[in-house]
Amino acid sequence: MREVAIVGAGMTPFGELWTSSLRDLFVDAALGALRDAGADHLDAIYVGNMSGGQFVGQEHLGPLMADHLGMAGVPSMRVESACASGGAALRAAFFEVASGASDLVLASGVEKMNDGADVTGVLATAADQESEVYHGITFPGLYALIARAHMAAHGTTLEDLAAVSVKNHRHGALNPKAQFRGEVTLAQVMGSSLVADPLRLLHCSPVSDGGAAVLLCPLERAREFTDRPIKIRATGMATSAMALADRKDPAYLDAVAAAANRAYEMARLGPTDIDVAEVHDCFAIAELCALEALCFTERGRAGEATRAGETTIGGRIPINTSGGLKSKGHPVGATGVAQAIEIVEQLRGEAGDRQVKDAAIGLTQNMGGSGASSVVHIFERV
Amino acid sequence: MPSPRYWREIPARYRLEGGRCPACGKVTYPTRRVCPECRHEGMEAIALSRHGRVVTFTTIHVAPTEFQMEAPYPMAVVETPEGARLMVQVADCAPDDVKLGLEVALEFRRIQREGRSGILCYGHKAVPAR
Repeated sequence: MREVAIVGAGMTPFGELWTSSLRDLFVDAALGALRDAGADHLDAIYVGNMSGGQFVGQEHLGPLMADHLGMAGVPSMRVESACASGGAALRAAFFEVASGASDLVLASGVEKMNDGADVTGVLATAADQESEVYHGITFPGLYALIARAHMAAHGTTLEDLAAVSVKNHRHGALNPKAQFRGEVTLAQVMGSSLVADPLRLLHCSPVSDGGAAVLLCPLERAREFTDRPIKIRATGMATSAMALADRKDPAYLDAVAAAANRAYEMARLGPTDIDVAEVHDCFAIAELCALEALCFTERGRAGEATRAGETTIGGRIPINTSGGLKSKGHPVGATGVAQAIEIVEQLRGEAGDRQVKDAAIGLTQNMGGSGASSVVHIFERV
Repeated sequence: MPSPRYWREIPARYRLEGGRCPACGKVTYPTRRVCPECRHEGMEAIALSRHGRVVTFTTIHVAPTEFQMEAPYPMAVVETPEGARLMVQVADCAPDDVKLGLEVALEFRRIQREGRSGILCYGHKAVPAR
């Protein structure tokens, strides 16, 4: 396989973007990535998207997006893995370049959630319709079941959960692209309205619109487009039982652990080599479980590490410097690519007030459903 | 839900039928074509015990449209003596009564009224064992 680099990145702000359609969000992000690299053509496009069909009634996004980018004719298709669609699109684009089949490939993610759809219902289609959704469970409900199990097994507290939200809002307040740029206090999080006990509103990522895109090419050609290429050192993906009830330990995200192990192995790196990471904090408990599955902390210790400040900018392993899904926003199909963009900015040294000093190696962890699919990437400054 | 789909799911929903792998003994709910543990093809139908214990639980405050009238309502993952795990609502109790390890009976109940024609959909809910 050839070595692959990211040579351009573009993304829209995340939020309630009433004046932009699904296709507008894609085009804005894609043009940003092309301009960033000074590229004028593409060999292929991958569009990560969870549910254009249900959110805005639009399928067949491959040709739609190529057409609206002024690139009808270019091979283009959608990649879906629920909220891990963006990470899956990046992985598909990586392999297309690594294989030697194409040189310039756009990996993108896009979602338009604020267009009148029943968001709770659409998101629930990423869970098992027959054995879970039928009985009245919601997505916050699934993560609440994970949280209860984690609290019982490891003594994780409500303060631990709230500390994740406080930290991510503090980071997100520094991110001009973030949906919520206000800080929140522990008391505000713990006093917000209940969504699915013990998870409250301020433990939950918001409903967002947004698009994100990165341009990939062979590392040997990267300097044609940028003087700061970021190498993709590894990609790892794994799946687990679809229904939460079918997992041996509901407090452990085994697909995340397996995806991470594959990525660590491919990169010949371990968790202590990572300088900065973006993890999938769709709910506060998800960040704690991800930290443990990625081996950034021992099992059961993620809450304690978060409260001790180990995961803040300036801490031992800064997590979600972008503000994470909680503060930056979570347009589900775009999230995996937006995570990669935050790491690209960190490794280029362009993260401004959020910059992690001397960051050279970064990691992203993207997740679908209640953890049934997960994609992990490792990036390196070259 | 189109009626053939509903009809297909009746054995699991009405009779609480799961599947047992004749090769390795793994029990699933509902049944499957292939054993998730050893990939043996062809699970045997097994009637699950109508009781179990709570493995983890929550209370849904923000509910899907079909369940809004019932919120807040507790839900739990319940494990039967055969080792099958089910996602179910917990009924006939206050949300605070649900605890880890709580012994529950699985009772046949109406789950939801679906769609414009209001088709009644049945299944099982957990109730604290008396």
